[in-house]
Amino acid sequence: MAYMNVFHEHVEKIEQGGKEKYHQKNIEKGKLFVRERLQRLFDDNIEIEDAFFANCLNGDLPADGVVTGIGKINGQSVCVMANDSTVKAGSWGKRTVEKIVRIQETAMKLEIPMIYLVDSAGARITDQVEMFPGRRGAGRIFHNQIKLSGRVPQVCLLFGPSAAGGAYIPAFCDIVIMVDGNASMYLGSPRMAEKVIGEKVSLEEMGGARMHCSVSGVGDVLVKTEEEAIAYTQAYLSYFPANFRQKPPVREAKTVKQLKKSITDLIPENQNAAFNMYDLMDRLIDEDSFCEIKKKFAPELITGLARINGRSIGIIANQPRMKGGVLFPDSADKAAKFIQLCDAFNIPLLFLVDVPGFMIGTKVERAGIIRHGAKMLATMSEATVPKISVIVRKAYGAGLYAMAGPAFEPDCCLALPTAQIAVMGPEAAVNAVYANKIQELSEKERVTFIKEKQEEYKEDIDIYRLASEMVVDAIIDPEKLRDELISRYELYDSKHVTFTERKHGVYPV
Amino acid sequence: MEIKATMAGSVWKKTVEPGEAVEEGQDVVILESMKMEIPIVAESSGIVKEFRVNEGDFVNEGDTIAIIE
Repeated sequence: MAYMNVFHEHVEKIEQGGKEKYHQKNIEKGKLFVRERLQRLFDDNIEIEDAFFANCLNGDLPADGVVTGIGKINGQSVCVMANDSTVKAGSWGKRTVEKIVRIQETAMKLEIPMIYLVDSAGARITDQVEMFPGRRGAGRIFHNQIKLSGRVPQVCLLFGPSAAGGAYIPAFCDIVIMVDGNASMYLGSPRMAEKVIGEKVSLEEMGGARMHCSVSGVGDVLVKTEEEAIAYTQAYLSYFPANFRQKPPVREAKTVKQLKKSITDLIPENQNAAFNMYDLMDRLIDEDSFCEIKKKFAPELITGLARINGRSIGIIANQPRMKGGVLFPDSADKAAKFIQLCDAFNIPLLFLVDVPGFMIGTKVERAGIIRHGAKMLATMSEATVPKISVIVRKAYGAGLYAMAGPAFEPDCCLALPTAQIAVMGPEAAVNAVYANKIQELSEKERVTFIKEKQEEYKEDIDIYRLASEMVVDAIIDPEKLRDELISRYELYDSKHVTFTERKHGVYPV
Repeated sequence: MEIKATMAGSVWKKTVEPGEAVEEGQDVVILESMKMEIPIVAESSGIVKEFRVNEGDFVNEGDTIAIIE
């Protein structure tokens, strides 16, 4: 039949994407073709694709440069939009935008995750009136993302550029995975920066993947290849339910990693000495279950998803090996978003506390450490998922508060025998309280005096005293901490509370 | 490669000597800040060429502490 020839001609052309030379260019950059990306991402390729024929009468714009549809990841249906960089560099025309808006609306109706595979040069200036300013223009994509936020998981895999307005797609996702060397985000290109403000800078320096994942914090996960980005996405989504109404899937329980050193061997008694928090985490969670988020950004605070006896949890842990585990504006910011992420999708929280407090000094005050810290406290406080705070060693000052201290309604505050809770450490406290007296003493008297006062102070903040005052709910044998956590998370599973009644809070952002 | 201070503090002690080989992740210097010991590690393996600081010096975040080749 002649009409079937026409049909097959169209289908074949659209499936091929852009011109051969652009496919070649992709290969040189280590990029996969958009349909190849989708095939690898889904358990079994894309199952439903709409507006495949978008702009099909214009021979140069197959699918109008974006594939939208539904497929399954880990058996769960998800919506996807994927730019085709072989079609006008993945740029957005009128139909491209409409396709993205429609698939988001589908995700909203079906309440299933929305995945964005971004590789786009931005708007087609020639189409601007149709795709930029109107009710269903590009602004609508971001409006929809904001509406979807917290309702369904939103993941961005950044394979290429995400320029100007387009850079807000990653910004509104829960997580942004960037391929080193190819992915970039920027509002104005280096060429524009040079013309408009006179700055000479390379793309990598200004908006590269490494920069965003370690300095700006707009990127979350830095990967070497597209395959790695896809594998991370599949692993990441396995911790999440399809939407905010459901609980995360419970996987088959795994045993903890078998390691020689016990927790007791691991944790130094000297509060000021560093140790590696990852080593403690390894001894608490199911083997190989840690999925870290923002590893390279503010590493003094570790955030990531894990499983404990098969259940998803979100871990927020101070890392004494990096910057002493002190909280900075960036670490507070990192924690705030991670806590929101877990709370939105019913993932219980675990705080592992070993914190000397928030950083002090001119630099951090000018950077607004107070409002960034307040933001962390606000999200942590508002989180209504089961939350457990474990005081591993020190918890000084507002550090105790930020890490789900007793006043912030954790379901329990557990202490290890090495825990020390105080406004500040013994050294700082004695210096602060007895500053004048210390000045008056001779050098010899001074040493004895300070030591004596520090001992008195330590007695005052002794963890058994705090347990006796019921500040902490229990002191736990470190080697039994995993078992304690397993049973508590199981028991807290039925927790269902509303934080407060109002439209929404007014917090620092 | 320059090893830089990750935060403001004073240099408490050097844990290696110039000329010594270090591995990635090995402590080079320990700072003292916020009453905490802050290990500063080599970001790649190599030989310690020189130190730019002495024990007791105050360093700001981003200051170069040592050079590794």
